Amino acid sequence: MSEETTPPAGTAQPGTDERGDTGTGTGRNERTAEPTHTGARERTDEPTHTGTPEPTDKPTHTSTPEPTDKPTHTSTPEPTDKPTHTGTPEPTDKPTHTGTGVARATAAPSRRALLGWGGAGLALGAAVAGGAVAAATAGEDRTAPAAASGAAVPFHGAHQAGIATAVQDRLHFASFDVKTRDRAELVRLLQDWTRAAEQMTAGDTVGEGAYGGLAEAPPDDTGEALGLKPSRLTLTVGFGPSLFDARFGLGDRRPAALVELPKFAGDNLDPARSGGDLCVQACADDPQVAVHAIRQLARIGFGKVAVRWSQLGFGKTSSTTPEAQTPRNLMGFKDGTRNIAGTDTAALGKHVWVSRKDGPAWLVGGSYLVARRIRMNIETWDRTSLKEQEDIFGRDKGEGAPVGRARERDEPFLPAMLPTAHVRLAHPDSNGGARMLRRGFSFTDGTDGLGRLDAGLFFLAYQRDVAHGFVPVQRSLASDDLNEYIQHVGSALYAIPPGVRDKDDWWGRALFS
Amino acid sequence: MQPARLSVVTAAAALSALTAVTGCAEKSDAEDGSGAIAVTAKDDSCEVSAKEFPAGHVRLDIENKGSKVTEVYILFPDDRIVTERENIGPGTKASLTAEVKAGDYEIACKPGMRGEGIRRPVKATGGTAAKRSPEMDAAVAAYRTYAQQQADETLPKAKVFTDAVRAGDIEAAKKAYADSRIGWERTEPVAESFGDIDPKVDLREDGVADLEPGEKWTGWHRLEKALWQDGKLGAEEKALADTLDKDLAVWVKKVGTAEITPTSMANGAKELLDEVATGKVTGEEERYSHTDLVDFKANVEGAQKSYELLKPVASKNDAELVAELDKQFAALNTLLDKYRADKSTYVFTSYDKVSGAQRKELSDGVNALAEPLSKLAAAVVE
Repeated sequence: MSEETTPPAGTAQPGTDERGDTGTGTGRNERTAEPTHTGARERTDEPTHTGTPEPTDKPTHTSTPEPTDKPTHTSTPEPTDKPTHTGTPEPTDKPTHTGTGVARATAAPSRRALLGWGGAGLALGAAVAGGAVAAATAGEDRTAPAAASGAAVPFHGAHQAGIATAVQDRLHFASFDVKTRDRAELVRLLQDWTRAAEQMTAGDTVGEGAYGGLAEAPPDDTGEALGLKPSRLTLTVGFGPSLFDARFGLGDRRPAALVELPKFAGDNLDPARSGGDLCVQACADDPQVAVHAIRQLARIGFGKVAVRWSQLGFGKTSSTTPEAQTPRNLMGFKDGTRNIAGTDTAALGKHVWVSRKDGPAWLVGGSYLVARRIRMNIETWDRTSLKEQEDIFGRDKGEGAPVGRARERDEPFLPAMLPTAHVRLAHPDSNGGARMLRRGFSFTDGTDGLGRLDAGLFFLAYQRDVAHGFVPVQRSLASDDLNEYIQHVGSALYAIPPGVRDKDDWWGRALFS
Repeated sequence: MQPARLSVVTAAAALSALTAVTGCAEKSDAEDGSGAIAVTAKDDSCEVSAKEFPAGHVRLDIENKGSKVTEVYILFPDDRIVTERENIGPGTKASLTAEVKAGDYEIACKPGMRGEGIRRPVKATGGTAAKRSPEMDAAVAAYRTYAQQQADETLPKAKVFTDAVRAGDIEAAKKAYADSRIGWERTEPVAESFGDIDPKVDLREDGVADLEPGEKWTGWHRLEKALWQDGKLGAEEKALADTLDKDLAVWVKKVGTAEITPTSMANGAKELLDEVATGKVTGEEERYSHTDLVDFKANVEGAQKSYELLKPVASKNDAELVAELDKQFAALNTLLDKYRADKSTYVFTSYDKVSGAQRKELSDGVNALAEPLSKLAAAVVE
């Protein structure tokens, strides 16, 4: 049974594409029948393609609380045009369908006439649009520990998801150069990307799906995320300083704060791993989901943008959930204990979100992101004595407590540390109160030609103003003893636009309007 | 070339071998007139005794009454060869038999064994004929002509190269090398559809390990290594030059029999860009001569030829795609032109002089074209 025959209540009939075979996710696939406004997909049919019955009233994982699959707080600030449905707890499967529910226009039999040989049968009619997405409510609370459920994080909101969101386990970060010189084409790309991001963060495929389309055409979706849960995928877009040159007439819209980062002591930056006109940060609890997302966006972008560099990350090194243990970096230390919590609205307002008085207007509700690829000299670090390691960080290795303290979260007493200790130099008290929301990930990109792990920290930090955030902190880290064991080899800075409000909005709309 | 893979063209060719379209030539002794069609070939005419005949087993009784050696063909509407008979001398007779399905065909006499020949339309009747689009047939026929022409023009260019090798003239051979490959590179998917020729003439060094015991590495790249790496032309290389001539001659003969469809043309265009993306951009194809950009350009030209021929159909089905392809072909050609001083020649910058950043730019250009090109096949299947 298809969505065409049973459209979800309150939605328009999908517009069918005359040919329906060359959808690229580029504007041909505007779908009006996507009831995902709330990250929840109304089930209108039984999936006929799975042999497993859907759980309808009992979650199968009983060991975990299920905070995200039931709207518990109905005081959502965002208007929803659909009553939140209860009684559909978390589904156990991700939709494995073509992701559209749009019926193909009748395919002329003559299409097959030329295919005397080979070629799979053309799927006529709509593919089964089965599967629901975990219903995370479209509120401001993106920090609930939803990892256990593989739920969807709402895409729409005042701020982009992927910043205050509880940090996921995996990262795929990509920086792009814009190749087109046509402003309208760039705008179209951002719109197409936004629609694809809506689909993917909800656990759907992009465009016309991964199979069931015309046999002679490559499928719109590459397919490797079929059957996987949404996995709290977030996609966060940013604009680099180079986007504001003469090409697109954005010169006068460039935020004063979006300057190229100064050179810092010890920088050894590879231009091929630095900069970029655009970035997309994909975070998810499943690495395949994050990689799939970047891959689709890169493909939609061919001819308009080109991947400049990208970075995979694992093992989050920062936490935005204060009750959780601070994760360890590849040096074995807890670092970033004093991170800004995703739930700390006051701190987010003070240190992360661009305010009206900061300007420019198009960036209000957005932020600035500094990305640094920090290579660690793993092997030499591992040969360093425990005492020296602890002195360098200013924490003990086991508990993570600051020097002279007992517990990890005890307030550091800076004078007890060496003047060259990492924690002391990075601490807000040493930097005029400067704080950032850190969201870094470890990376290991195999080995270099010398048998050393190519590993380290992919540092990601969101802040309201770089001049009062990353820049002073990094300057004061010039005398950090840790520098003997690390090197900054990649660097980029982006303005992060505010969130996408609804289905009609798109990434960067205010900038280009 | 890549290690052999079953391309669309190949699959079709393999399958067509199973269909009831087989030709065989035989000496004509029997004059029993059992429904045979008489073909009288002269220097300026081609007379056929019947315009229609029942589908099934067909025999042509040919007489060459002209002064030139001639060839006679039965052709599909898209110029694919059903069967042929060559070298029919003046005043001699020959016969030709074939199994043909119902449909339209042409009988062609080629006095002097050159050119399009003198064509006569004929029809095999009975049974059901597959419906065909004349527009598509025209596109396929034009592409077939192009592929044949590229192959024909390659032989003399290859001979300049192989003559220089045989003469032991390293410099002249180096000069002629890249030029001799252009026709091949433009139509590579067709050439690859004959699985046996490609590994003989275009095998790269990394494919040598996959040769069967007793098989030797032959072809262009073996000679490329001798010229640029070893700097020597010995008896072995001279023998390899003879082999290359011989293998290319086989290719030229086979081109006309390739199964070509609008879909395979579109996929062939996409495959040419795959070739560029995986072999030329990386500098792997011409690792010793560094003439990768010549191959690159030829691949793009071949892809563009297919595309231009399919454009009338594609633009009806997907005007947006056609606009994008026009734009990206132009952009890639403009980018390639940065690497040659004179657009009337194929003298391109040596690829070892092309920086990493420039290669990235070329790679981005290839992706920008290849992505929409991958959607061309769908736009011609209607």
